[in-house]
Amino acid sequence: MNIAVAVDDEVRYDALPSASEAGPAAKRIVVGYGFWVFLLSDIVMFAAIFAAYAVLAHATAGGPSGGQLFDQRSVAIETACLLASSYTCGLMSLAIGSRRYAVTYLAALITVVLGAAFLVLELREFAGMIAIGAGPQRSAFLSAFFTLVGCHGLHVTAGLVWLVVMMAQVAIKGFHATVERRLLCFSLFWHALDIVWVWLFTVVYLMGVLS
Amino acid sequence: MTDTHYDRAPGDASALPDVEQGTSSGVLVYTIGLALAVVLTAMSFWVANTSLLWAGGVSLGLTVLAIAQMGIHLVFFLHVTTGPDITNNVMALAFGVLIVVLIVVGSLLIMADPTDNLMIGPELMNLHMQH
Repeated sequence: MNIAVAVDDEVRYDALPSASEAGPAAKRIVVGYGFWVFLLSDIVMFAAIFAAYAVLAHATAGGPSGGQLFDQRSVAIETACLLASSYTCGLMSLAIGSRRYAVTYLAALITVVLGAAFLVLELREFAGMIAIGAGPQRSAFLSAFFTLVGCHGLHVTAGLVWLVVMMAQVAIKGFHATVERRLLCFSLFWHALDIVWVWLFTVVYLMGVLS
Repeated sequence: MTDTHYDRAPGDASALPDVEQGTSSGVLVYTIGLALAVVLTAMSFWVANTSLLWAGGVSLGLTVLAIAQMGIHLVFFLHVTTGPDITNNVMALAFGVLIVVLIVVGSLLIMADPTDNLMIGPELMNLHMQH
Protein backbone atom coordinates (compact mmCIF):
# COMPACT_ATOMS: atom_id res chain seq x y z
CA MET A 1 0.00 0.00 0.00
CA ASN A 2 3.02 2.26 -0.19
CA ILE A 3 2.93 5.05 -2.69
CA ALA A 4 5.57 6.92 -4.57
CA VAL A 5 6.10 10.45 -3.35
CA ALA A 6 5.65 13.03 -6.05
CA VAL A 7 8.73 15.16 -6.67
CA ASP A 8 7.02 18.46 -5.95
CA ASP A 9 5.67 17.09 -2.69
CA GLU A 10 9.10 16.02 -1.49
CA VAL A 11 9.46 18.76 1.07
CA ARG A 12 6.11 18.08 2.64
CA TYR A 13 6.61 14.32 3.07
CA ASP A 14 10.33 14.13 3.75
CA ALA A 15 9.85 14.00 7.49
CA LEU A 16 7.32 11.16 7.34
CA PRO A 17 8.48 7.56 7.69
CA SER A 18 7.76 5.40 4.67
CA ALA A 19 4.83 3.02 4.84
CA SER A 20 7.06 -0.07 4.81
CA GLU A 21 8.86 1.14 7.93
CA ALA A 22 5.59 1.84 9.70
CA GLY A 23 4.20 -1.68 9.21
CA PRO A 24 0.94 -2.71 7.58
CA ALA A 25 -1.74 -0.17 6.73
CA ALA A 26 -4.65 0.50 9.03
CA LYS A 27 -7.49 -2.01 8.83
CA ARG A 28 -9.91 0.67 7.61
CA ILE A 29 -7.70 1.26 4.57
CA VAL A 30 -7.26 -2.46 3.84
CA VAL A 31 -10.99 -3.22 4.23
CA GLY A 32 -11.99 -0.18 2.19
CA TYR A 33 -9.59 -1.10 -0.60
CA GLY A 34 -10.80 -4.71 -0.66
CA PHE A 35 -14.41 -3.56 -0.90
CA TRP A 36 -13.41 -1.08 -3.61
CA VAL A 37 -12.01 -3.97 -5.67
CA PHE A 38 -15.20 -6.01 -5.05
CA LEU A 39 -17.30 -3.06 -6.26
CA LEU A 40 -15.23 -2.83 -9.42
CA SER A 41 -15.82 -6.54 -10.10
CA ASP A 42 -19.54 -5.94 -9.46
CA ILE A 43 -19.49 -3.11 -11.99
CA VAL A 44 -17.74 -5.42 -14.49
CA MET A 45 -20.68 -7.83 -14.01
CA PHE A 46 -23.09 -4.96 -14.68
CA ALA A 47 -21.06 -4.12 -17.79
CA ALA A 48 -21.61 -7.65 -19.13
CA ILE A 49 -25.39 -7.45 -18.58
CA PHE A 50 -25.30 -3.93 -19.95
CA ALA A 51 -23.52 -5.09 -23.12
CA ALA A 52 -26.15 -7.83 -23.54
CA TYR A 53 -28.90 -5.21 -23.25
CA ALA A 54 -27.21 -2.84 -25.71
CA VAL A 55 -26.89 -5.67 -28.25
CA LEU A 56 -30.50 -6.85 -27.80
CA ALA A 57 -32.15 -3.44 -27.41
CA HIS A 58 -33.78 -3.63 -30.84
CA ALA A 59 -34.65 -7.35 -30.78
CA THR A 60 -38.28 -6.76 -29.87
CA ALA A 61 -39.63 -9.80 -31.79
CA GLY A 62 -42.68 -7.80 -32.88
CA GLY A 63 -43.44 -6.90 -29.26
CA PRO A 64 -43.53 -3.46 -27.66
CA SER A 65 -40.38 -1.33 -27.87
CA GLY A 66 -38.82 0.83 -25.19
CA GLY A 67 -40.41 3.97 -26.57
CA GLN A 68 -43.87 2.48 -26.09
CA LEU A 69 -43.23 1.12 -22.59
CA PHE A 70 -41.11 3.63 -20.69
CA ASP A 71 -42.67 6.41 -18.66
CA GLN A 72 -40.12 9.22 -18.43
CA ARG A 73 -41.84 10.97 -15.53
CA SER A 74 -41.56 7.90 -13.34
CA VAL A 75 -37.91 7.45 -14.37
CA ALA A 76 -37.18 11.09 -13.49
CA ILE A 77 -38.68 10.59 -10.02
CA GLU A 78 -36.71 7.35 -9.54
CA THR A 79 -33.51 9.16 -10.54
CA ALA A 80 -34.25 12.02 -8.14
CA CYS A 81 -34.90 9.54 -5.29
CA LEU A 82 -31.63 7.68 -5.86
CA LEU A 83 -29.58 10.86 -6.26
CA ALA A 84 -31.04 12.40 -3.09
CA SER A 85 -30.44 9.16 -1.18
CA SER A 86 -26.80 9.19 -2.34
CA TYR A 87 -26.56 12.73 -0.91
CA THR A 88 -28.08 11.77 2.46
CA CYS A 89 -25.77 8.73 2.52
CA GLY A 90 -22.85 11.17 2.18
CA LEU A 91 -24.22 13.29 5.02
CA MET A 92 -24.51 10.09 7.08
CA SER A 93 -20.79 9.37 6.50
CA LEU A 94 -19.97 12.86 7.78
CA ALA A 95 -22.18 12.39 10.84
CA ILE A 96 -20.45 9.07 11.58
CA GLY A 97 -17.08 10.80 11.27
CA SER A 98 -18.08 13.38 13.87
CA ARG A 99 -19.88 10.82 16.10
CA ARG A 100 -23.35 12.38 16.00
CA TYR A 101 -25.94 9.66 16.61
CA ALA A 102 -29.10 11.68 15.93
CA VAL A 103 -27.87 12.99 12.55
CA THR A 104 -26.67 9.50 11.59
CA TYR A 105 -30.07 7.94 12.32
CA LEU A 106 -31.92 10.76 10.54
CA ALA A 107 -29.72 10.58 7.43
CA ALA A 108 -30.01 6.77 7.38
CA LEU A 109 -33.80 7.00 7.74
CA ILE A 110 -34.08 9.43 4.81
CA THR A 111 -31.74 7.23 2.75
CA VAL A 112 -33.91 4.14 3.44
CA VAL A 113 -37.15 6.00 2.66
CA LEU A 114 -35.78 7.36 -0.64
CA GLY A 115 -34.33 3.98 -1.60
CA ALA A 116 -37.66 2.29 -0.79
CA ALA A 117 -39.52 4.91 -2.87
CA PHE A 118 -37.20 4.12 -5.78
CA LEU A 119 -37.93 0.40 -5.41
CA VAL A 120 -41.70 0.90 -5.19
CA LEU A 121 -41.68 2.97 -8.40
CA GLU A 122 -39.54 0.39 -10.17
CA LEU A 123 -41.72 -2.53 -9.05
CA ARG A 124 -44.84 -0.63 -10.13
CA GLU A 125 -43.26 -0.12 -13.55
CA PHE A 126 -42.39 -3.85 -13.77
CA ALA A 127 -45.90 -4.86 -12.68
CA GLY A 128 -47.45 -2.51 -15.24
CA MET A 129 -45.31 -3.94 -18.03
CA ILE A 130 -46.04 -7.57 -17.08
CA ALA A 131 -49.77 -6.75 -16.84
CA ILE A 132 -49.87 -5.66 -20.51
CA GLY A 133 -48.03 -8.79 -21.63
CA ALA A 134 -44.57 -7.20 -21.84
CA GLY A 135 -42.92 -9.56 -19.37
CA PRO A 136 -39.36 -10.88 -19.63
CA GLN A 137 -40.47 -13.83 -21.78
CA ARG A 138 -41.96 -11.58 -24.50
CA SER A 139 -38.76 -10.71 -26.41
CA ALA A 140 -34.97 -10.69 -26.14
CA PHE A 141 -35.16 -6.93 -25.54
CA LEU A 142 -37.47 -7.38 -22.56
CA SER A 143 -35.43 -10.30 -21.16
CA ALA A 144 -32.34 -8.10 -21.23
CA PHE A 145 -34.27 -5.15 -19.81
CA PHE A 146 -35.64 -7.09 -16.83
CA THR A 147 -32.23 -8.68 -16.16
CA LEU A 148 -30.39 -5.37 -16.21
CA VAL A 149 -32.85 -3.15 -14.34
CA GLY A 150 -33.90 -6.02 -12.05
CA CYS A 151 -30.26 -6.72 -11.13
CA HIS A 152 -29.83 -3.07 -10.15
CA GLY A 153 -33.09 -3.24 -8.19
CA LEU A 154 -31.85 -6.33 -6.33
CA HIS A 155 -28.67 -4.46 -5.42
CA VAL A 156 -30.75 -1.56 -4.07
CA THR A 157 -32.85 -4.02 -2.05
CA ALA A 158 -29.70 -5.59 -0.61
CA GLY A 159 -28.38 -2.12 0.19
CA LEU A 160 -31.56 -1.21 2.08
CA VAL A 161 -31.43 -4.41 4.16
CA TRP A 162 -27.74 -3.74 4.80
CA LEU A 163 -28.40 -0.17 5.98
CA VAL A 164 -31.17 -1.26 8.37
CA VAL A 165 -28.85 -3.93 9.82
CA MET A 166 -26.07 -1.34 10.18
CA MET A 167 -28.35 1.05 12.07
CA ALA A 168 -29.23 -1.78 14.46
CA GLN A 169 -25.49 -2.36 14.94
CA VAL A 170 -24.92 1.34 15.61
CA ALA A 171 -27.73 1.28 18.17
CA ILE A 172 -26.31 -1.79 19.94
CA LYS A 173 -22.53 -1.41 19.58
CA GLY A 174 -22.19 2.34 19.04
CA PHE A 175 -19.52 3.69 16.69
CA HIS A 176 -17.22 0.72 17.15
CA ALA A 177 -14.31 0.52 14.68
CA THR A 178 -15.85 -2.60 13.09
CA VAL A 179 -19.21 -0.89 12.65
CA GLU A 180 -17.52 2.15 11.14
CA ARG A 181 -15.67 0.01 8.58
CA ARG A 182 -18.92 -1.68 7.58
CA LEU A 183 -20.59 1.72 7.21
CA LEU A 184 -17.70 2.88 5.01
CA CYS A 185 -18.27 -0.16 2.77
CA PHE A 186 -22.01 0.55 2.72
CA SER A 187 -21.55 4.15 1.58
CA LEU A 188 -19.15 2.99 -1.17
CA PHE A 189 -21.76 0.43 -2.27
CA TRP A 190 -24.57 3.00 -2.29
CA HIS A 191 -22.62 5.60 -4.29
CA ALA A 192 -21.56 2.90 -6.78
CA LEU A 193 -25.22 1.92 -7.28
CA ASP A 194 -26.01 5.54 -8.11
CA ILE A 195 -23.23 5.57 -10.72
CA VAL A 196 -24.67 2.39 -12.28
CA TRP A 197 -28.11 4.04 -12.33
CA VAL A 198 -26.71 7.08 -14.21
CA TRP A 199 -25.78 4.71 -17.06
CA LEU A 200 -29.05 2.81 -16.77
CA PHE A 201 -31.34 5.81 -17.09
CA THR A 202 -29.23 7.32 -19.86
CA VAL A 203 -28.91 4.25 -22.07
CA VAL A 204 -32.06 2.27 -21.23
CA TYR A 205 -34.65 4.95 -20.64
CA LEU A 206 -33.49 8.11 -22.43
CA MET A 207 -31.78 6.55 -25.49
CA GLY A 208 -34.46 3.83 -25.57
CA VAL A 209 -37.13 6.46 -26.13
CA LEU A 210 -35.15 8.15 -28.92
CA SER A 211 -35.30 5.37 -31.48
CA MET B 1 -2.89 8.10 8.53
CA THR B 2 -1.32 11.40 9.54
CA ASP B 3 1.97 9.77 10.57
CA THR B 4 2.66 7.93 7.34
CA HIS B 5 1.61 8.44 3.77
CA TYR B 6 -0.53 5.41 3.15
CA ASP B 7 -3.31 5.58 0.65
CA ARG B 8 -6.52 6.64 2.30
CA ALA B 9 -9.50 4.30 2.33
CA PRO B 10 -11.71 4.64 -0.76
CA GLY B 11 -14.59 7.01 -0.09
CA ASP B 12 -12.76 8.83 2.68
CA ALA B 13 -12.05 12.51 2.20
CA SER B 14 -8.38 13.39 1.95
CA ALA B 15 -6.64 13.89 5.28
CA LEU B 16 -3.56 15.52 3.80
CA PRO B 17 -2.56 18.66 5.72
CA ASP B 18 -3.31 21.08 2.89
CA VAL B 19 -6.78 19.76 2.16
CA GLU B 20 -7.90 18.93 5.69
CA GLN B 21 -11.61 19.58 5.96
CA GLY B 22 -14.06 20.10 8.76
CA THR B 23 -17.60 18.75 8.72
CA SER B 24 -19.06 21.97 7.32
CA SER B 25 -16.85 21.91 4.24
CA GLY B 26 -17.62 18.17 3.94
CA VAL B 27 -21.32 19.06 3.68
CA LEU B 28 -20.40 21.74 1.14
CA VAL B 29 -18.58 19.17 -1.04
CA TYR B 30 -21.58 16.82 -1.04
CA THR B 31 -23.96 19.72 -1.71
CA ILE B 32 -21.92 20.98 -4.67
CA GLY B 33 -21.87 17.40 -5.98
CA LEU B 34 -25.64 17.09 -5.60
CA ALA B 35 -26.25 20.44 -7.34
CA LEU B 36 -24.01 19.52 -10.29
CA ALA B 37 -25.56 16.06 -10.56
CA VAL B 38 -29.08 17.56 -10.55
CA VAL B 39 -28.11 20.02 -13.29
CA LEU B 40 -26.57 17.23 -15.43
CA THR B 41 -29.58 14.94 -14.88
CA ALA B 42 -32.00 17.71 -15.82
CA MET B 43 -29.93 18.41 -18.93
CA SER B 44 -30.02 14.71 -19.87
CA PHE B 45 -33.81 14.60 -19.66
CA TRP B 46 -34.11 17.88 -21.56
CA VAL B 47 -31.72 16.74 -24.31
CA ALA B 48 -33.64 13.47 -24.74
CA ASN B 49 -37.00 15.21 -25.06
CA THR B 50 -36.27 18.40 -26.93
CA SER B 51 -36.70 18.84 -30.67
CA LEU B 52 -34.35 21.83 -30.78
CA LEU B 53 -31.23 19.71 -31.21
CA TRP B 54 -30.05 17.74 -34.21
CA ALA B 55 -31.43 14.24 -33.60
CA GLY B 56 -28.21 12.54 -34.72
CA GLY B 57 -26.17 14.19 -31.99
CA VAL B 58 -28.53 13.45 -29.12
CA SER B 59 -27.08 10.00 -28.29
CA LEU B 60 -23.57 11.41 -28.23
CA GLY B 61 -24.73 14.32 -26.05
CA LEU B 62 -26.39 11.93 -23.60
CA THR B 63 -23.21 9.83 -23.42
CA VAL B 64 -21.11 12.90 -22.67
CA LEU B 65 -23.57 14.02 -19.96
CA ALA B 66 -23.53 10.54 -18.38
CA ILE B 67 -19.72 10.44 -18.34
CA ALA B 68 -19.64 13.93 -16.82
CA GLN B 69 -22.13 12.88 -14.15
CA MET B 70 -20.08 9.77 -13.37
CA GLY B 71 -17.08 12.05 -12.85
CA ILE B 72 -19.11 14.29 -10.54
CA HIS B 73 -20.13 11.27 -8.46
CA LEU B 74 -16.56 10.00 -8.25
CA VAL B 75 -15.07 13.35 -7.27
CA PHE B 76 -17.73 14.77 -4.94
CA PHE B 77 -19.30 11.63 -3.44
CA LEU B 78 -16.43 9.13 -3.50
CA HIS B 79 -13.67 11.74 -3.08
CA VAL B 80 -11.55 10.39 -5.91
CA THR B 81 -8.94 13.09 -6.48
CA THR B 82 -5.54 13.46 -8.08
CA GLY B 83 -3.90 13.47 -4.64
CA PRO B 84 -0.90 11.22 -3.95
CA ASP B 85 -2.75 9.40 -1.15
CA ILE B 86 -5.22 7.65 -3.47
CA THR B 87 -2.98 6.21 -6.19
CA ASN B 88 -3.88 2.56 -5.52
CA ASN B 89 -7.61 3.23 -5.56
CA VAL B 90 -7.35 5.14 -8.83
CA MET B 91 -5.22 2.39 -10.40
CA ALA B 92 -7.83 -0.23 -9.45
CA LEU B 93 -10.57 2.04 -10.79
CA ALA B 94 -8.71 2.56 -14.05
CA PHE B 95 -8.36 -1.21 -14.49
CA GLY B 96 -12.09 -1.67 -13.81
CA VAL B 97 -12.97 1.01 -16.35
CA LEU B 98 -10.68 -0.66 -18.91
CA ILE B 99 -12.47 -4.01 -18.49
CA VAL B 100 -15.90 -2.34 -18.63
CA VAL B 101 -15.01 -0.50 -21.86
CA LEU B 102 -13.57 -3.70 -23.40
CA ILE B 103 -16.73 -5.68 -22.57
CA VAL B 104 -19.27 -3.09 -23.70
CA VAL B 105 -17.51 -1.64 -26.76
CA GLY B 106 -16.20 -5.07 -27.78
CA SER B 107 -19.66 -6.65 -27.57
CA LEU B 108 -21.25 -3.84 -29.54
CA LEU B 109 -18.56 -3.91 -32.24
CA ILE B 110 -18.70 -7.67 -32.67
CA MET B 111 -22.50 -7.85 -32.60
CA ALA B 112 -23.02 -4.79 -34.82
CA ASP B 113 -23.20 -7.02 -37.89
CA PRO B 114 -22.66 -10.70 -37.09
CA THR B 115 -23.02 -11.91 -40.66
CA ASP B 116 -20.28 -9.54 -41.83
CA ASN B 117 -17.93 -10.46 -39.04
CA LEU B 118 -18.53 -14.18 -39.33
CA MET B 119 -18.09 -13.94 -43.11
CA ILE B 120 -20.77 -16.55 -43.65
CA GLY B 121 -22.97 -16.04 -46.63
CA PRO B 122 -26.72 -16.42 -46.33
CA GLU B 123 -26.59 -19.73 -48.24
CA LEU B 124 -24.43 -21.26 -45.46
CA MET B 125 -26.69 -19.92 -42.74
CA ASN B 126 -29.62 -21.77 -44.27
CA LEU B 127 -29.27 -25.33 -42.97
CA HIS B 128 -31.90 -26.72 -45.33
CA MET B 129 -29.64 -26.14 -48.31
CA GLN B 130 -26.74 -28.18 -46.94
CA HIS B 131 -26.36 -31.76 -48.01
